[in-house]
Amino acid sequence: MHLTVSDSNPGNFWNWRGWGPLRALAIAALTLLPLLVVLASFFEPQPEIWAHLTEYVLPGVLWNTGILILGVGAGVLLLGVPLAWLTAVCDFPGRRFFAWSLMLPLAMPAYVLAFVQVGLLDFTGPVQTLLRTWFGSSAWFPPIRSTGGVVLVLTLAFYPYVYLLARNAFITQGLRAVEAAQALGFTRGQAFWKVALPMARPWIAGGMTLALMETLADFGSVSIFSFDTFTTAIYKAWFSLFNLPAASQLASLLVLFVLVLAVIDQHLRHNRRYAAKNFSPARIVLQGGARWGAVVFCGVVLAMAFVVPFIQLLIWARTVWQEDFDARYPAFLLHSILLGGVAAAVVTVLGLLLSAIRQHHKDWMTQFIVRLATLGYAIPGTVLAVGVFIPVAWLDNYLVGAAQWAGWDVSQILKGSLLVMLLALSARFLAVAFQPVDAAMQRITRNQGNAARSLGLSPRQVLLRLQLPMVRGGLLTAALIVFVDVMKEMPITLMTRPFGWDTLAVRVFEMTSEGMWDRAALPSLAIVLAGLLPVILLVRKSESGLH
Amino acid sequence: MQKIQPSFLTPLRSVLLGLALIASTAGADTVTVYSARNEQLIKPLFDAYTKETGTQIQVLTDKEGPLLERLKAEGAKTPADVLITVDAGNLWQASQMGLLQPVKSSILNANIPANLRDPKGEWYGLSVRARTIVYNKKSVNPTQLSTYEALAEPRWKGKLCLRTSKKVYNQSLVATMMATLGEKETERVVRGWVANLATEVFPDDTALIKAVAAGQCEVGIVNTYYLARMVEKEPNLPVGLFWANQKSRGVHVNISGAGVVKHAPNAAGGQKLIEWLSAGKAQEIYTDKDFEYPANPQIKPDSIIRQWGQFKMDLINVSKAGELQGAATRLMDRAGYH
Repeated sequence: MHLTVSDSNPGNFWNWRGWGPLRALAIAALTLLPLLVVLASFFEPQPEIWAHLTEYVLPGVLWNTGILILGVGAGVLLLGVPLAWLTAVCDFPGRRFFAWSLMLPLAMPAYVLAFVQVGLLDFTGPVQTLLRTWFGSSAWFPPIRSTGGVVLVLTLAFYPYVYLLARNAFITQGLRAVEAAQALGFTRGQAFWKVALPMARPWIAGGMTLALMETLADFGSVSIFSFDTFTTAIYKAWFSLFNLPAASQLASLLVLFVLVLAVIDQHLRHNRRYAAKNFSPARIVLQGGARWGAVVFCGVVLAMAFVVPFIQLLIWARTVWQEDFDARYPAFLLHSILLGGVAAAVVTVLGLLLSAIRQHHKDWMTQFIVRLATLGYAIPGTVLAVGVFIPVAWLDNYLVGAAQWAGWDVSQILKGSLLVMLLALSARFLAVAFQPVDAAMQRITRNQGNAARSLGLSPRQVLLRLQLPMVRGGLLTAALIVFVDVMKEMPITLMTRPFGWDTLAVRVFEMTSEGMWDRAALPSLAIVLAGLLPVILLVRKSESGLH
Repeated sequence: MQKIQPSFLTPLRSVLLGLALIASTAGADTVTVYSARNEQLIKPLFDAYTKETGTQIQVLTDKEGPLLERLKAEGAKTPADVLITVDAGNLWQASQMGLLQPVKSSILNANIPANLRDPKGEWYGLSVRARTIVYNKKSVNPTQLSTYEALAEPRWKGKLCLRTSKKVYNQSLVATMMATLGEKETERVVRGWVANLATEVFPDDTALIKAVAAGQCEVGIVNTYYLARMVEKEPNLPVGLFWANQKSRGVHVNISGAGVVKHAPNAAGGQKLIEWLSAGKAQEIYTDKDFEYPANPQIKPDSIIRQWGQFKMDLINVSKAGELQGAATRLMDRAGYH
């Protein structure tokens, strides 16, 4: 049935008969349902609020958001790609250590990093206080609560997405590409720019997409800087002007913007194929200045993004340990790990299916629905949480009514169950699993796919026998990021958790909602430590192919 | 192997319960509370209540916005009996959305002053939070201070610190100013504040107080309990507290409070809980643990906050803050107060 016909005609606008769109829709429904709730807000136009926002709020926040996207986009590239290259294909002192430790900032919630860095570097922090006792003034010190400061901190928080994915690409094909290019007479530099980098493009673009979507949806970190973005405007419309419809309308504009970006990206990548075979030649051994330059570069990033905030958390945790630690902590930890683990498994499988559907059905409609399915990551968390909760509560009210009519005394059925919580988290994190898996999937050559199908393998067999083994690295990356992201996630966890099912992130919320950041040190630290486990696991796996 | 710690069993049991997709209706001796006031501040109260009455309390915490949407979506099938939030603005909004029911209680009417509760009886203030001026003791003489409005004068140029206008506390302060001074005059004052800012607005009161202490600015406006918490740890903090507007309308106060949910399965139990919170031991916990002022005038404030002395409070009904919150937010947007 599905021979080479569908493959030979990619992007054909009219070629959308068949099962592709329906299959994609089955998964995309998770995201589309809350998205429709958000879109339904347009049935309640809010001209008055819009007039106010357009005149006084939007110009400023659009400018800020634009700067933030450009700055963080450039920042995560400038950190993520070189770090990935250095640790994946070069050799220098401490390489093995940096290879895994540079993933650690992933486990550090961005709002925690923001709070610690502002606490350290602001006027009242220890650095400037020390400068004042030494020199009498710290006026020359660049203000951390500034545009530059936000960009710096978000870059440090989100570069691991690019680092992880680009590293995956470089490990599987980087050296081979360089060698091939050198054999053709390119210098090593040219080989990097002209061959290795373009070949890693789907990975890098995937990592950057995640970093930018998270930047757009971020509320916690930018509020610590009092830096107003489009997302702060959404929350202003909701929490300060008590206008959820206007907030939802703003949120849908944000989603539309991300969708346009995704389509442009899709178009640019159109028809391009990324393929290489695996084998492991010797690493490039750095010499002289480059050798120590690499050590300093990796060291500084690691220190700023992880070591310094980690030590600060330790110090705070020590001071609040006694008043905060109680018998409930093992439960918080267990809930977090369980939730992260189960969600990682579910979402990674969904991401794999979605990517397989996208590979199999090249028609325009399927591709578009797949894009829609990954938009949940760009919606500000609290807005998405409400979007999930409203249909669930609606359905639940009917079910409870039916159950009570049948004489069954229940107050809620779906709501407050782990199932709904998992579905809601899947809607948010599908993009996170999809990007690394799909980048890896694009590496499977058309010939391999065609060969498999001409041998008479069904799509399911192609997935199990060919695609699955080849994307193992991408799957592990996906599961790791989802696990850590779910442990850090607050709004959906808060809104959909069963009674008493508190996690570490819920604990962080309780402590920080009144500005008591130091008291949140203990749960934050626990999140970071729990996140270490899969990071180390992943490194073991990804290193095994290369020595 | 058979002796597993009970604390490890509890989550397992809840996993099973969760997976079973069923949560049975809470018993009659259970009250379910949705709270935007964070858990560590309310838990001591609930523990005391359970100990005294045997009634179990089931709590779910979240931010105000999502909690209200949750109640709205759950409608008649909500498991919640009581809604607890901080700030009258949020309670007013809950009442506007039709999420609360009026309660007639002679106990509450006796314990809670009229300006701290909803005229319709849908919600009651349980603790009072005063928002006033703090100053750096080294550079400011309190005789230089008088009112919130005076902080807009040019003499404070580059010396004022403010918290973000996105915090409801500032929206309520500006809303009550609008109610007494009028919109035009209030906007003039807010523009004056913005012109006097020493630095970017702060995300929370604690950071602001630190900035005043470090001399980054000389004056600021905060809720007193934040200062009390810091003074408890650092008694020599060079930050003084000044009661604003004592010769005019008085210090701006707001509340944390509670109301019985409209479709509460156990409304009577909810009302009993709120009545208990309005008196005696509960009011003492509010002030001793959190350094807020008891809403019940018969209870004495904690010793740290007692040293700041008595003050005259603005007697405008706190529900006014809720009514004008949106208008206040727009005014601050116009004035460039971020």
